[in-house]
Amino acid sequence: MKALHAVKSWIDERFDWAELTAPLRHKSVPIHKLSYWYFLGGITLFLFVIQVCTGILLLLYYRASANEAFESVQYITTQVQFGWLIRSIHSWSANLMVFTAFAHMFSVLFLKAYRKPRELTWVTGMVLLFLVLGFGFSGYLLPWNTLAFFATKVGTEITGQLPLVGRKMMIFLRGGEEVTGATLTRFFGFHVAVLPGITTVLLALHVALIQRFGMSVPPKVEAQWKAHPEQARDMKFLPNFLLRELMAWYLALGVLGALAALMPWELGTKADPFAPAPAGIRPEWYFMFMFQTLKLIPAKIGFLDGELVGILVFGAAGAIWLLLPFFDRDGRGRMQRWITGVGVFALAFIVAMTAYGYMAK
Amino acid sequence: MATVPSDPSVQPTRRRLVEVLLGGGLLASVASFLYPVLRYLVPPAVADLGGDSVVAAKVNELKPNSARIFRFGSRPGMLIRTAEGEYRAMSATCTHLSCTVQYREDLREVWCACHNGMYDLNGRNVSGPPPRPLEAFDVHVRGDEIVVGRKREG
Repeated sequence: MKALHAVKSWIDERFDWAELTAPLRHKSVPIHKLSYWYFLGGITLFLFVIQVCTGILLLLYYRASANEAFESVQYITTQVQFGWLIRSIHSWSANLMVFTAFAHMFSVLFLKAYRKPRELTWVTGMVLLFLVLGFGFSGYLLPWNTLAFFATKVGTEITGQLPLVGRKMMIFLRGGEEVTGATLTRFFGFHVAVLPGITTVLLALHVALIQRFGMSVPPKVEAQWKAHPEQARDMKFLPNFLLRELMAWYLALGVLGALAALMPWELGTKADPFAPAPAGIRPEWYFMFMFQTLKLIPAKIGFLDGELVGILVFGAAGAIWLLLPFFDRDGRGRMQRWITGVGVFALAFIVAMTAYGYMAK
Repeated sequence: MATVPSDPSVQPTRRRLVEVLLGGGLLASVASFLYPVLRYLVPPAVADLGGDSVVAAKVNELKPNSARIFRFGSRPGMLIRTAEGEYRAMSATCTHLSCTVQYREDLREVWCACHNGMYDLNGRNVSGPPPRPLEAFDVHVRGDEIVVGRKREG
């Protein structure tokens, strides 16, 4: 305890400890019946940290080459002590993180937390969501199994159908005309260097913006509190909310550990570029709604290629989603109801298409 | 913090019990996360497939006053044919800092390029930093094969 105090006073003399920690101590979290949704961002962050830790551990044994990747993952899961657990946690945590990131995005949308002045918090969050999907897509290929090989082939092929830049982008992603060992090397680089670098910077910005603006209060609760100021309640972030957040993390860890231990992630069979695609090839569940939609679109819409129309619509929807706060400029009324409506539609569409994708053969 | 009694043995409080239970539980779970990670960090042992003897070369492959490196299990070994035509075999891993040594035809000695260590043709460390001699191996000529094996004790 004495040593700890000495360290603290050493820092205090140089950096003014009180001023350094003031923003955290002054931060408070509003309490209302929707407060539980505030946990989702923190849980996503926690799962990201798990991803970084388990990812580094996997790097100790993983080899990124077409000849060795599958065998090295097999080695991790069968020879290395607890390797199966580490890999399983990495896979499960990735999937849970995609889920919580989507849930976080929709909760922010429905609670209108993106409103002025938090537009940039939303934009950075959306870019982070796209990055998470990028992590998922690039990481999926790394074990170099059959499922991942064909999912990557299809995924990059879709990119190739974009007008003008599509083909060049596809060749850039694949590192050539085909999905080969060169693709694996690239995806590995994206997955462990490029994406983590960008994500770390954006994450810092995202968290700093949240720190700067504080927690948003949903419009209905805000109106109620304005009418009856005595009803407004909040709790200190440090330690009250943080301890609750820690409990949520602990719970998430429990769920993660149980999933990883009881349902270890499968490895499948090694990819063979010259074998026919087996039945039941499908992307990760979070790409399923796009995959299924593209399957349903007819080959030709008027004079346009059906697939291309689908891709362009998804691209436009993504761009609109990214800039959503800027459509809600008046901050009340009609536009907000529109955004809620579109949000409900998008959520229903994603859920329905995902379910359809899993049920349709 | 201020309410913790000065002598807990006189006044054991419920708070103390809760603290011990919570703290103990947390410590136990942290330990349960760290244990698999620590075990994971230890690489699995690789079986040494080399066995106890290996064919290092064919007869007449080596000129007098020359040497070659061969695989002995997962480590390099060195087979030397002295200027007199005699075969010697030894570990090729320098006892100083594990570089692979080489035969110097000009000096007729074994030399380690990393830190200028020198061994004689029996593997004895004669100059430079090496602390121990190189492990010497037995050499047998079987038909046209030169077989190298570990020295048998006694």
